[in-house]
Amino acid sequence: MHFITLDSETDFDGWRKAARALALNDVTPSEVSWRVAGASPELFEPIAPPLEPPQGTFSVPAKFVELAEIAILHHNPERFALLYRLLWRLRGNHDLLAIATDSDVADVTTMARAVRRDEHKMHAFVRFREIGREQKSHFVAWFEPEHHIVELAAPFFARRFADMPWSILTPDVCAHWDGHAISITPGVAKSEAPTADRLEGTWRSYYASIFNPARLKVQAMQKEMPRKYWRNLPEASLIKPLIEGAGRTASAMIANAASEPHKPQKRLEPSKASDKADDMPHKHADDIETLREEAANCRACPLYKNATQTVFGEGAQTARIMLVGEQPGDKEDLAGKPFVGPAGQMLDRALDEAGIDRSKVYVTNAVKHFKFVPRGKIRLHQKPNTPEIRACRQWYERELAAIKPELVVAMGATAAQSVLGKITPINKNRGHPIDLDDGTRVLVTVHPSYLLRLPDAEARASEYRRFVQDLKIAAGVLRKSAHAA
Amino acid sequence: MDVQRKLEILADAAKYDASCASSGTEKRDSSDGKGLGSTAPGMGICHSYAPDGRCISLLKVLLTNACNYDCLYCVNRTSSNVPRARFTVDEVVKLTIDFYRRNYIEGLFLSSGIIRSADYTMEQVVSVARKLREEHHFRGYIHLKTIPEADDALIAEAGKYADRLSINIEMPLENSLAKFAPEKNVRAIRRTMGRLRLKLDEARESDKAATKAKPPRFAPAGQSTQMIIGADAADDKTILDTSANLYGSYRLKRVYYSAFSPIPDASRALPLVAPPLVREHRLYQADWLMRFYGFDAGEIVDEAKGMLPLDIDPKLAWALRHRDRFPLDVATASRDELLRVPGFGTRAVDRIIATRRLTSIRLADLARLHIPQKKALPFIVLSDFSPSPHLIDGAGLKERFKPKATQLGFGF
Repeated sequence: MHFITLDSETDFDGWRKAARALALNDVTPSEVSWRVAGASPELFEPIAPPLEPPQGTFSVPAKFVELAEIAILHHNPERFALLYRLLWRLRGNHDLLAIATDSDVADVTTMARAVRRDEHKMHAFVRFREIGREQKSHFVAWFEPEHHIVELAAPFFARRFADMPWSILTPDVCAHWDGHAISITPGVAKSEAPTADRLEGTWRSYYASIFNPARLKVQAMQKEMPRKYWRNLPEASLIKPLIEGAGRTASAMIANAASEPHKPQKRLEPSKASDKADDMPHKHADDIETLREEAANCRACPLYKNATQTVFGEGAQTARIMLVGEQPGDKEDLAGKPFVGPAGQMLDRALDEAGIDRSKVYVTNAVKHFKFVPRGKIRLHQKPNTPEIRACRQWYERELAAIKPELVVAMGATAAQSVLGKITPINKNRGHPIDLDDGTRVLVTVHPSYLLRLPDAEARASEYRRFVQDLKIAAGVLRKSAHAA
Repeated sequence: MDVQRKLEILADAAKYDASCASSGTEKRDSSDGKGLGSTAPGMGICHSYAPDGRCISLLKVLLTNACNYDCLYCVNRTSSNVPRARFTVDEVVKLTIDFYRRNYIEGLFLSSGIIRSADYTMEQVVSVARKLREEHHFRGYIHLKTIPEADDALIAEAGKYADRLSINIEMPLENSLAKFAPEKNVRAIRRTMGRLRLKLDEARESDKAATKAKPPRFAPAGQSTQMIIGADAADDKTILDTSANLYGSYRLKRVYYSAFSPIPDASRALPLVAPPLVREHRLYQADWLMRFYGFDAGEIVDEAKGMLPLDIDPKLAWALRHRDRFPLDVATASRDELLRVPGFGTRAVDRIIATRRLTSIRLADLARLHIPQKKALPFIVLSDFSPSPHLIDGAGLKERFKPKATQLGFGF
């Protein structure tokens, strides 16, 4: 039998060194007994032959070292032996740690999780009490961890409270911070710790006030804040009276009918919207800004329900070209402006190449709400149907009447359907202006998002050139009408 | 009025906001010796729990509970007769730092009643965060409530200082909000959520591409919202559809569900009954199914009923409605399929997938995977177990999961 004595309960380096020597000497786990210096010695210690200095080396997965460093802090005295057994078995099966159903793996994992949880609870439940005031103050806490976690948990407090000296006292060991370094000293008795702090009364009244007596869930509380921690939490003495009073308070709230409503004088400053309304000179009904305000409350089809807002047309009131797209996309819906997303960038580039100044055109969509279905964190675009296109056409008609453009460019099938009043195939009808009975001159082309969806780079480039070509035709139509005028 | 009395009033006024998370933000600490505080990236820290089962992570207070709005469900509505108080900016700052130094809290969650105007209120809220960050170099967590109509510059500044921003959608249905909160407007709430998402996206994209001038920091822990459950007539299907819409549209980190609970001096227009806590719990479970288990909002609730069952969890209820998909062979089923087995959590599924490549999974292993046997067994095949074919088809299966009826006690 080999007796290994480690320097302390948290002596991972000692364990690692001994385990390495044992394994290299092929000492089986059942031949080893582990203990910690200072703990009660066994009465009869059979002498084992001294270990040979380790020859050679062997490797273990990095994950094992991470796991063992944490699990070794568990209070279970069997942990050293268990970790050695796992190490022993890992030499024969490198994948062992991936087998969550192996009992040694499960035990060590459970231990490591218990240590991490205790560390997390220490971060949460340490309560500092201030000794002295202002420049000379020192913050001291008393805590009773379940596992050997003080050294593990201390750096968290050093990073968080770097600018104040603090000490965390425990029965096991104590950690101190002087503003520069952490030091560890032996454990002390609880009587060494301060017993009060000037803020505790305020903290306790916060705890009582944030509690909602109408929803008692005592078990949920105890699951996360087990009783063993209560004795060191200044707020915990309130738990019992709060629970006892909760029923009374809640039924009183239910029983008391509301009192007469209190009607204070409102001091609400006029909102910006109403400011604007007052300041603006009265304009005739078909002004674009008036239309935009009216359309913001449109309920003509159900699409408004799931969308963020109506995305109305935008551009110069004097525009000679009106570009009509299908509907706003994800980004347009958020921003409230047409063609600001990827398709909008594509459009800007093409307009530029065709020699059309975007600031001088009016840009809008056939349908003014974004139609989509949510899929997790994204929204999948859906094509608007005919009733939705029809319901929205009134806005296009009124925009058309307000802007009176010389040319309407309908981009994509939906826009073509709305502008021309019937389903119109793009490819058969593109490339030349179409004159409608009401005098509107229309050019149809593809929607820029169609170009974005083409998977083949070559096809994308050639379709893009055709799109720019169509826009050049539009520019040409304008030039001609300018000459004619 | 002393600060402690103000704190009682303004914490009492803030407690109906369920959110208290301090998670998911950037990594910060004060080890450079300048300033105070740190964040716990990944998970937050709950410093205490109240007997209502809710975590206390942040100092959650209103700046003032005076409010011009008259939202019927709200304890702070203008027509309520509750006592009113208002903190000064310095009082909140000092309280936050005093509490933080004693390790009571992770930081501050500040909200406010609407006073004077949206911009004025937002400016007051932002000035607390500004002072904490700029003057006290506070590096703890800050969650600010965003006022829907507030100016873009104020929202940008809020995002500069805060870890998280939130705007409450309040009601699952647009017309309920119009009825219960006449001054609020779903459209304004959604527009501002949209504004927040654009700013969040912009800040996030700049983290990836470190080439151009960095757009300003903006709320690294994202945005969240809250819906009140049980004050209006919306069913669970409507609620989950609204959540799915909000998650997809604004990339919310969380939708909180808050069972409507009786408040002091409540309005007569609302149900003054015990809060539907079990329903709230089931909605949270359903929300988890959407976010982590690959379920669509539409399939979680039984279309015919519109409500989640209260006696069993929504995943089990779904499995009982889709028995033809079971039993599933744990050795070969895909990850997506395994996630739909009652009793299988995401962590258990990950472990199963890692383990089954190396060895077969047996009945005795379920305990080591922390899987409740009783719940999972009717739905799975293991290397040494398969359920009786009568079990999955039998009417008794549902009965198996009904909670035991509790006998009413009688006094001796």
